[in-house]
Amino acid sequence: MARIELQGISVTLPIYDAQTRSLKSTIAAIGTGGRLVRGAAERVVVSALDDISVTFEHGDRVALIGHNGAGKTTLLRVLAGTYQPARGRMIREGRATAFFDISAGMEMEATGYENIVIRSLYMGMTLREIRGVFDKVAEFTELGSYLAMPIRTYSLGMMLRLAFSISTSVKPEILLMDEWLSVGDAGFTEKAKQRIDEIIDGSSIMVLASHDLKLIRRICNKALLLSHGQMLAFGSTGEVIMASEAMVS
Amino acid sequence: MRAAAEDLISGLTRYYFWSLLAWQDVKQRYRRSMIGPFWLTLSMGVMIGMIGVLYAGLFHQEIGGFLPYVAAGIILWTLISSIITESCATLITAGSLIKQIEIPYSVYIYRMVARNYIVLAHNALIWILVALVFGVAPRWSLVALPFSLLLIAANGVWIGLLLSLLCARFRDIPLIMASLVQVAFFVTPIMWRPGDLPGRSAFVFANPFYHFIELGRGPLLGAFPTLGTWTVTLAVTILGWGITFLFFARFRPRLAYWV
Repeated sequence: MARIELQGISVTLPIYDAQTRSLKSTIAAIGTGGRLVRGAAERVVVSALDDISVTFEHGDRVALIGHNGAGKTTLLRVLAGTYQPARGRMIREGRATAFFDISAGMEMEATGYENIVIRSLYMGMTLREIRGVFDKVAEFTELGSYLAMPIRTYSLGMMLRLAFSISTSVKPEILLMDEWLSVGDAGFTEKAKQRIDEIIDGSSIMVLASHDLKLIRRICNKALLLSHGQMLAFGSTGEVIMASEAMVS
Repeated sequence: MRAAAEDLISGLTRYYFWSLLAWQDVKQRYRRSMIGPFWLTLSMGVMIGMIGVLYAGLFHQEIGGFLPYVAAGIILWTLISSIITESCATLITAGSLIKQIEIPYSVYIYRMVARNYIVLAHNALIWILVALVFGVAPRWSLVALPFSLLLIAANGVWIGLLLSLLCARFRDIPLIMASLVQVAFFVTPIMWRPGDLPGRSAFVFANPFYHFIELGRGPLLGAFPTLGTWTVTLAVTILGWGITFLFFARFRPRLAYWV
């Protein structure tokens, strides 16, 4: 029974340019009160999320909707625990698993087998858990003897298969997705679809950022509408999508 | 403060994770060429041989004593200097992971230090060869070596953490560090002996790099590190960790926005 409570979460993203990235310019700016090197002392920040308060309960399948740059990815990163908000508090009960880039952490020079271990460790599994799923993952990929080869030699489709098989071997309590997973070649798609459905059914909370309204209507029971970092609406999928369409017109 | 301490400790308990990644880094070098990381060992061996012969002549040193001295010095200097230079990129290259996966940041640092120790194990072959050729017998002082290497590793972690954080924020630091490391190589007694610089002993003894090199070189050549060396290196360890910890605790929440 997972639960996520956000209390007044605000995130400001610093925007760095060549000046503010430079130690020399920054020291020069401090030393001269900002007269010598203009720009280094002034930090540009963008308000990416502004005072978001919302609670996700067990069984919630939440869609994050909004335009590009509305703050969907930033909110997902806060939920994943990688972005510490500037203000506000998050209470998260349950292990969060992020499917943002399912091949993150994989080593091109390592073999398929080695990457099963590496990627699983990045996903927070223990060695014992990995031992438990290792054979099943290897079988699911259908890559056979290719698994003994460095993944640098794989085609894009094979790489995706491997990444998908490993990433979906966990049973996430809180599942975070930035756009729907792409699953590689046609032969694999059917099996992968089934696997995704299982994972979503098994999860306690799912949060999905997507532009695909058809998909959202099918999968999600709640939706959260973001615009310029502010939460405009949160409620049942149908109502929120209607609200977002009303906003556009 | 607590989050920073938890990061360091929970990173340390995942030793199987970062040691595996460190092995992967080294294996990657194996895969690129037939002799792998021994390629670096080989070129270092050549360099040590050349410098040993050349400087023994320049400084009128007896080669049998001088070459083992240079070999030990360069092997240890390579360990220290590559930890410093590799620190700079450690968190920047892990940027995309840091933004999407919640694992202790210290894992990336331990990985970098572990990788350099695996390379050290390769380079140790040069020392064994040199010791055999010039008849440097193992002495009792060798028992101090594990402690020395552990102390160097402890310093490698704070340097790695501090520099990688600073470099993530200020992208011109790697260039500054590269030139500092170059200078440090020449002012530290590696290719010359402290005794070659009469009347300037403060210049040598105030240099912490000298003491960290001595920490390993002394035991290899048959002398326990002096009390002065232990004092300086321990003081640097404590001071360095103190500063780094405060810095890490303060800026850890900002890191994901920097990389």
